[in-house]
Amino acid sequence: MAAILPANASPNDRNMISTNSGGGPAPRKRRLPWADTAFSFAAHAAAWITLALLAAIIASLVVGAWPAIREYGLSFLWRSEWDPVEDKYGGLVMIYGTLATSFIALLIAVPVSFGIALFLTELSPAWLRRPLGVAIELLAAVPSIVYGMWGLLVFGPILATYVQQPLQSAFGNVPVLGTLFSGPPVGIGILSAGIILAIMVIPFIASVMRDVFETTPALLKESAYGLGSTTWEVVWKVVLPYTKSGVIGAIMLGLGRALGETMAVTFVIGNFNQLDSLSLFQAANSITSALANEFAEAAPGLHQASLIYLGLVLFFITFVVLALSKLLLSRLKRNEGART
Amino acid sequence: MSINALSPAKMSMHRRRKVVNGAALTLSLAAMSFGLFWLGWILFETFRLGIGGMALAVFTEMTPPPLAETGGLANAIFGSALMVSLATALGTPIGILAGIYLAEYGQRTWLGRITQFISDILLSAPSIVIGLFIYSVVVAQLRSFSAMAGILALALIVIPVVIRTTENMLALIPNSLREAAYALGTPKWKVIYSVTLKAARAGVITGILLALARIAGETAPLLFTALSNQFWSSNLTEPMASLPVTIFKFAMSPYENWRDLAWAGVLIITLGVLALNILARVLFRNKN
Repeated sequence: MAAILPANASPNDRNMISTNSGGGPAPRKRRLPWADTAFSFAAHAAAWITLALLAAIIASLVVGAWPAIREYGLSFLWRSEWDPVEDKYGGLVMIYGTLATSFIALLIAVPVSFGIALFLTELSPAWLRRPLGVAIELLAAVPSIVYGMWGLLVFGPILATYVQQPLQSAFGNVPVLGTLFSGPPVGIGILSAGIILAIMVIPFIASVMRDVFETTPALLKESAYGLGSTTWEVVWKVVLPYTKSGVIGAIMLGLGRALGETMAVTFVIGNFNQLDSLSLFQAANSITSALANEFAEAAPGLHQASLIYLGLVLFFITFVVLALSKLLLSRLKRNEGART
Repeated sequence: MSINALSPAKMSMHRRRKVVNGAALTLSLAAMSFGLFWLGWILFETFRLGIGGMALAVFTEMTPPPLAETGGLANAIFGSALMVSLATALGTPIGILAGIYLAEYGQRTWLGRITQFISDILLSAPSIVIGLFIYSVVVAQLRSFSAMAGILALALIVIPVVIRTTENMLALIPNSLREAAYALGTPKWKVIYSVTLKAARAGVITGILLALARIAGETAPLLFTALSNQFWSSNLTEPMASLPVTIFKFAMSPYENWRDLAWAGVLIITLGVLALNILARVLFRNKN
């Protein structure tokens, strides 16, 4: 109906008004008759620009990466050699670093975010809800370079002395754990990057989870409480099943953020292009930190193309993860509409 | 029925449920404190270490060479302010228009659905990829790093942030308001411009402030677009220093004076970004 009204009001009205301009109020000329079309055009154009942007990003990455794609094809993904001197490139080390750090981040961030969301929706007194929610959201607003510098100069040394060294002396000789905890305990590497990423994605996951939990109809929760459920049982057996897809969507959103985070990781991961061991203390590299460190100095040619190829891989992974997240979250919204 | 009539098995189940509940709620409280603990610690360290490097010279002098006695971040602060404001000026109109499209024109159209989807993906897309994109379409073509390229990269980050908030805020405006305006014979553009957009003004401004806060701290998209510059420059076709990139360069260096300046820069950026965020929230809350 919104679309019909203004169209109805156009040419005929004007004629009518101008023909009976005998008595009555002075005829009002319609100002800017073209404005409607122009405005609608501008709004449509802006929408198209957004679409074109995505297409342009993908196209430019593919074009930029083409020399590397032609040279290595998909084997780029599992080649571990990265040697600018010999001009040989493979992305395995960086892809491993990106996935491993994000995995550690989720391992820490998911339970914590769940706890925070639970606290904010069920436990917190009403007057504390807003300030605490804002505080958690501010954690997301802190620029990633701040996390990076803090992680490198403050958190790293503390992690090395109080966590890594005790772990190493305790488990250094145990077969599997020993491998995980081998390497120099200097507070730089996959583990530190994972922890810092966890702190960075907690606010994203927690605030989406909170919003999602709040969509549970009060009726459902009250019924469960009425049957004698404890708060935990209400959350675990009523709220969580009801919001399942939204919770997974929130986790995916956090994963997308963790995968693409650049500066914080670049500071603490150590930028080491070899995959010697599976140790969590080992300096490593991620796609984003390789780009941040090498791209501006890379010679045009295979080196640059390989870096852009890495960027393309990253964009592809995050695109899939974020698209899944969006689909899951919108499914929850649709269900909500259907059930109420 | 008295409590004694319950069998021991039921009693123990009851006790277990209570224990599980208590444990879960304690853990939830712990998780909340865990989150706040990091915020507190990061802010505390930023202040402690940043205050030391703070001096008037930070705002008046150029970035120094390594091991110099004095020096500041004036050119970086200026560069950041210039690039961030131009990028916001460039990205905001497109974002607002696209948000208007989503809320007022394309609600049930395929273009609307796809645009919303894409814009949400761009909102969380890795910012370094935006840098790569601008590098290939601008820097590589013009064969030089430039502030202009940095502005474009930041503007691309502004667009989805503004789209999201504009659309959300316009969607909150009740339809009766629109219908009342239409009933008076108002053309659609006027309804949007002077009725719905005006009613959603506080929310839209909140979105712009959040976008500002977001790009003020962005480093990754500037690394290979605007690059950095040791000197004062207001020429958009040349590389330009920015606060985040300067912090990155200085923090990774072994020089004492550079690190102190980096901490001072981190303090400035953190305060600025948090102030913008709080301002945005206060503004939005007052209007609602």
